Amino acid sequence: MKLLTHNMLTSKCLKGVNVGYPLGIVAKDIKVLETEFNSEFVLRIIPKLDWDTLWNAADSIGHSGDLPRTLCDDYENDVEFLKKAHHVLLEVEVINGELVCPESGRKFAINKGIPNMLLNEDEL
Amino acid sequence: MDTPSLSHLSVKDYAQIYEPAEDSFLLIDALEQDLIFLQKMKPSVCVEIGSGSGVVITAVAKALGTNSHCIAIDINPVACGVTQRTAQLNHTEVEVVTMDLMSGFHWDNRIDVLIFNPPYVVTPSEEILENKVYGDITRAWAGGERGREVMDRLFPMVPNLLSLYGAFYLVVISENCPDDIKRVMDELGFDMNIVKERKVRGEHLLVLKFVRK
Repeated sequence: MKLLTHNMLTSKCLKGVNVGYPLGIVAKDIKVLETEFNSEFVLRIIPKLDWDTLWNAADSIGHSGDLPRTLCDDYENDVEFLKKAHHVLLEVEVINGELVCPESGRKFAINKGIPNMLLNEDEL
Repeated sequence: MDTPSLSHLSVKDYAQIYEPAEDSFLLIDALEQDLIFLQKMKPSVCVEIGSGSGVVITAVAKALGTNSHCIAIDINPVACGVTQRTAQLNHTEVEVVTMDLMSGFHWDNRIDVLIFNPPYVVTPSEEILENKVYGDITRAWAGGERGREVMDRLFPMVPNLLSLYGAFYLVVISENCPDDIKRVMDELGFDMNIVKERKVRGEHLLVLKFVRK
């Protein structure tokens, strides 16, 4: 699971949970793999992100590096910044671990990079 | 659009996941026909629900490259693992998440391309309920009454999922009553058109596309 994907996930489907976002991350194995930098893609995805969630997720697993905590106004022209964002979004992967519901503490396993968000009947 | 290699899959895998068939290939053909539209749209997020073998989302990911983040969703953990392998062996990036439809998805109106080849076969409703408990391959095709029971759960979510210029591609058969689906989606604010259709072995397959009015 890349941190871009983490940015989209919630546990709100759990009975009694209102927002379920952002999910906490307990990372047991992390893989960092270089992927091709596409500045145009990073520019298009940044407005869709919840930046706080991204930064906190990266920080919680020790990979925020020198990624700025808040987005500056003219990030569009800052190639170094876009490269840092690319790295955190697409190159840091949680292979094994857990996602944790912020309200109920319910854990969702991440195995071989795949989070399992399925619920039991009595949790719906 | 290249059809991804599935040479890593065997009969053993197909006991647990849906083996790509005419419906899967018609969907790939429809997306290929729409490729210029898709490339112009520059979708930053593409999601396929019910990815099964992963053949469709892998083809999309290969065609769009690093311009899109492709995500595959399946309720069957075995299918999720197979989708991941299919993407890897075809040298492309697909993120995989196990969930029921889009139940664990937080982002509103940020999916540019949504793809669903649902369980569309007309079956007794009980088959869907039984699957919930036992979970087996039946789930990949059993659609309940009019074959609509699973896709009907997704339709009301589409307005909250798709971005402003996003497109939703759906595979159906004539028994699913495409005219009625058109009416349902019209009420939700979407226009429908038929991208591709094919009659094979007693099945009249259609790929429908929905965009905001």
